[in-house]
Amino acid sequence: MKTTETTAPVPAESGRPVTKAGVPDEMPSREKKEGTVLNVFSHGILVIWAFMVVMPLLWAVMTSFKDDSSIFGSPWSLPDELHFSNWSRAWTEANMSDYFLNTILVVGGSLIGTLVLGSMAAYVLARFEFPGNRFIYFLFIGGMSFPIMLALVPLFYVVNNMGLLNTIHGLILVYIAYSLPFTVFFLTAFFRTLPTSVAEAAFVDGASHSRTFFQIMLPMAKPGLISVGIFNFLGQWNQYMLPTVLNTDPDKRVLTQGLVQLAVSQGYKGDWSGLFAGLVMAMLPVLAAYVVFQRQVVQGLTAGALK
Amino acid sequence: MQHGKYRFIVGFLALPVGLYALFVVWPFIQSIYYSFTDWTGLSPEFKMVGFDNYERMLDDDIFWKSLQHSLLLALLLPLVTIGFALFLAFMINVGGRRRKGGPVVIGVRGSSFYKIVYFFPQVLSIAIVALLFAFAYNPDSGAINSVLRGIGLDSVQPLWLGDPNLALWAVMAVIVWSTVGFFVVLFSAGMASIPADLYEAALLDGAGRATTFFRVTLPLLWDTVQSGWVYMGILALGAESFAVVHIMTTGPGGPDYSTTVMVLYVYQKAFRDGQAAYATTIGVALLIVTLAFAAVVMRLGRRERLEF
Repeated sequence: MKTTETTAPVPAESGRPVTKAGVPDEMPSREKKEGTVLNVFSHGILVIWAFMVVMPLLWAVMTSFKDDSSIFGSPWSLPDELHFSNWSRAWTEANMSDYFLNTILVVGGSLIGTLVLGSMAAYVLARFEFPGNRFIYFLFIGGMSFPIMLALVPLFYVVNNMGLLNTIHGLILVYIAYSLPFTVFFLTAFFRTLPTSVAEAAFVDGASHSRTFFQIMLPMAKPGLISVGIFNFLGQWNQYMLPTVLNTDPDKRVLTQGLVQLAVSQGYKGDWSGLFAGLVMAMLPVLAAYVVFQRQVVQGLTAGALK
Repeated sequence: MQHGKYRFIVGFLALPVGLYALFVVWPFIQSIYYSFTDWTGLSPEFKMVGFDNYERMLDDDIFWKSLQHSLLLALLLPLVTIGFALFLAFMINVGGRRRKGGPVVIGVRGSSFYKIVYFFPQVLSIAIVALLFAFAYNPDSGAINSVLRGIGLDSVQPLWLGDPNLALWAVMAVIVWSTVGFFVVLFSAGMASIPADLYEAALLDGAGRATTFFRVTLPLLWDTVQSGWVYMGILALGAESFAVVHIMTTGPGGPDYSTTVMVLYVYQKAFRDGQAAYATTIGVALLIVTLAFAAVVMRLGRRERLEF
């Protein structure tokens, strides 16, 4: 089959209707059979991978309702009865409630700070010409590709010297600083796409620059703020490296840290069922949020990479 | 719009730039400076020692091991993760059975369901994922060996994280598990933006699925694949591998340093052994490896940009 023969009957602008009718006749039957085999094959692989993704999570949920002896004796059996006490024990005795509270405080503060400061910087960088604009922009962008670990050693001492080690507000400030590169990158691109005319009209009507920003531009940027907000929320909620280094006070631990510490200490105490309950407890809020806001989460997380 | 412009600019930039400079830029600059000192991190005193730390690093067997492991991770993880994700994304978006009279290229039934499920691990903390799999890998009572026993493979009971030859692979599998879904969704979005006409034309010309993938899908997706490659490589060199190795492997760092990666080694030297200056030296090596990795991927991946 030569290319010219097959493409010839398809007019350039009305590809779809013609191909719809034309394709079944021109497709050899071999193609159809191959399609069926491939279909079974592709479904098979997709189902297997879905199973492999879901299985560990279901296993964790199941295990969180078992008692210690059956966790070790028969890891795959269903719980003999639902041991809800694991959950209450994890919540109170294993300090999960404290870890949750700390995480909510840290992430809440950092998220608000990141969005406010990030959008302020991005707005100025996107809409105003001034000497050093490019330099500051690339200074922010550069932070996306550097290994954080390199900065962590001196950072520890910077934070220590300021008396911010093992404090919630210190952690918040550091989270904000490390979230700024991507946030500024994303929001600068976003502010450039917004129409200038509205902001100019407001300014002509006598609104100050900051009033224009907070009352006109920020509401217009809501979709962008939501995307980048979700990205930062997940990143900050799941942060492990920064708190591990900067936050060693047992009372100030965030969830991820607390769970890891718990796993280490359970090696001596042996309350594995309580630990599993804690693990599932920490997983459920983000999984639930993901299922509900699925579309926004995916958009938020993939937005930067697709641009 | 000139009135009060500079005051406004300074007012809006001062706080974000100040925070960023103090907590990110300044420590970066400092770390390079500290790598030429003998600072322990415990006392404020230190003196310049020139290239001593760098010489010591070149003689350090554990450094070379960690470098080797980091390079392996940076090369293999993107290859496996992105390759597998492309395969799955192609299946999801193009693997559907064509109904008579329907569009030529369709996704499998339930394609959106697969995308939702595959993305699950991405929203979980890598620390939690690592803990979960540490239990699953437990040689005596873990879920994986118990499955092996269940299907009659009693003789095959690997130590997984305790076996120096297996530990790093076991750790890598966890990173693949947790990141594949992100790339499936990313590539799916890219594939959805490729016009169906291109597929139709290829199929009309008699191209099979494989040819379609390599001649149409992959070239048009190349930009996304490339940025995904860099992103995955940086993850493999940095935060992701730190959490997994730090949490999962005994020691931590594995039996006989079999899973030590550069970022873990920096952490241990600085915060466990009190050798802050030496740690920053290894950090500088990590920075060089990261930048070299990104440069190589960008260079090798450069090809003519396809517009569609």
